[in-house]
Amino acid sequence: MKNRLSRLAYPYVLWMALFVVAPILIMLVYAFTSADGGFTLANFLRMGRYSVVFVRSFKLALIATVICLLVGYPISYFMSREGPGFQRTAMVLIMLPMWMNFLLRTYSWMSILENNGLLNRFFRFIGLISAWNAAFGTDINGFRMLNTQGAVVLGMVYNYLPFMILPIYSVILKLDHSLIEAARDLGADGAHVFLKVTLPLSLPGVLSGITMVFVPSVSTFAISQMLGGGTQTLLGDLIEQQFLGGAYNPHLGAAISLVMMLIVVLCMYVMNRFGEGEEEAVIL
Amino acid sequence: MNDKKNGFVSRLLIILVFVFLYAPIILLILFSFNAGNSGSVWKGFSLHWYGELFHNRLILQSVYTTLLVSALATVIATVAGTFAAIGFFAMRREIRGPLVTVNNIPMMNADIVTGVSLCLLFVAFFGFYGSFAHWFNGVQNFVHLKEQLSMGFGTLLIAHIGFNIPYVILSVSPKLRQMDKNLVDAAQDLGCTWMQAFFKVILPEIKPGIVSGALTAFTMSIDDFVISYFTAGSSSSTLAMTIYGMTKKRVTPQINAVSTLLFLTVLILLALINLRESRRAAKTCP
Repeated sequence: MKNRLSRLAYPYVLWMALFVVAPILIMLVYAFTSADGGFTLANFLRMGRYSVVFVRSFKLALIATVICLLVGYPISYFMSREGPGFQRTAMVLIMLPMWMNFLLRTYSWMSILENNGLLNRFFRFIGLISAWNAAFGTDINGFRMLNTQGAVVLGMVYNYLPFMILPIYSVILKLDHSLIEAARDLGADGAHVFLKVTLPLSLPGVLSGITMVFVPSVSTFAISQMLGGGTQTLLGDLIEQQFLGGAYNPHLGAAISLVMMLIVVLCMYVMNRFGEGEEEAVIL
Repeated sequence: MNDKKNGFVSRLLIILVFVFLYAPIILLILFSFNAGNSGSVWKGFSLHWYGELFHNRLILQSVYTTLLVSALATVIATVAGTFAAIGFFAMRREIRGPLVTVNNIPMMNADIVTGVSLCLLFVAFFGFYGSFAHWFNGVQNFVHLKEQLSMGFGTLLIAHIGFNIPYVILSVSPKLRQMDKNLVDAAQDLGCTWMQAFFKVILPEIKPGIVSGALTAFTMSIDDFVISYFTAGSSSSTLAMTIYGMTKKRVTPQINAVSTLLFLTVLILLALINLRESRRAAKTCP
């Protein structure tokens, strides 16, 4: 019975060979060949020219991840201490924006951050701009916020913050409460209970949150295009340009994609080493 | 417990995060009713942009493409994923392990890598097929094969099925593990063929997993931008791709109108699902 049922998976195994394994192998071939088909390492050597992009991608994704962690952890912790009704509502409220396409959420920030956008209008309305001009002797009409690195980081934080909150929250919620009580009975104060019990036990959630924010942040191209205005090229933009943009070069694109895949694998590996088990939290 | 209560500061932090999450969405919805053509200057209430929206052939066409590809991909991925999950479940551990790892690749990998690798596969296949068709057309005259293939709805559908199946497997597998294995044996002892055992015993047991897998697959499909972007070619465009194209040109409140309609749809769907669930809960435990 059991063995006969296993045949049901054969078509999907074939599918995976065709559409999961083969594409990665082809990507490998493209990465190590030149346009005329010969073996070459030139694609990887050419990447040195884009080291600025690599550094910028890592920097922005790292900053976004740290901000998400610094905001997401306390929020998850405080949320888990509220009543069950509040928690249910809060969960829905955090997940609801994820149902809206991230392009639309990012787009809304475009009209907020514009030079003539809502935020600058608000600043002008409360007199901040004129106060700034008076204080620093400048003559600006509004702060330049769109098309900066800050805007790109903001976009990443805004889009991926729920990915940090959800796994941390679900891990904290499942914590064994008797452990906290035991720590308290043994004389630990609030700060000690948090540092010695809650924080270490919630680490798996933190780790999967970090992966779930860092990986999409480091590989994004839409957010940097929309909020960076093409001035803040990231790794994702670089790949996109090689395939669909002006600089058509699938071989270089494949090589960069390969590096990106290695980054993801490395990220997963490190996270799995730290947080043993707790696979469920990764995917929710 | 007294010490479990949050103080004023922590409550304030929670509220601030919700404001941060919702202010852009509320502004987006608000300005879809703007009479002027700006996303930041209010010129009075109007439904003008909704009217424009329903006359925009590009948007309507891409909504149709999105719904069609999502529905097809969901149905195919749900069936295929359910069979695959059952097959995996019945396999020996040594074989299952590596297969499950491969199955996880599309979920773990960055979307852009999945999209790019599929794009390369399709391009390589089309090149291969093109030379085959050229040769084939040269040696015979009965059938004429198209020599130039390009990415379009077919490749888009394949990509969507591909990234949906792992999510279906992910939600069906736990249900299989929870199932009482003796049930299948009992059904067979009582004279069921294994086909009957499958339809009468296994399927009802794992149905909740299948339903939630299908829902996840559908939302993933509707929401996807990156993988579609690399696999749809130039002939077909999903709504997300159209929106991306629009944001690159000029800002138009039509996008706000699209967002409002989408958000409303999601709200209504969620309300319906919740209503159904609470009604079922009321039925089962009076």
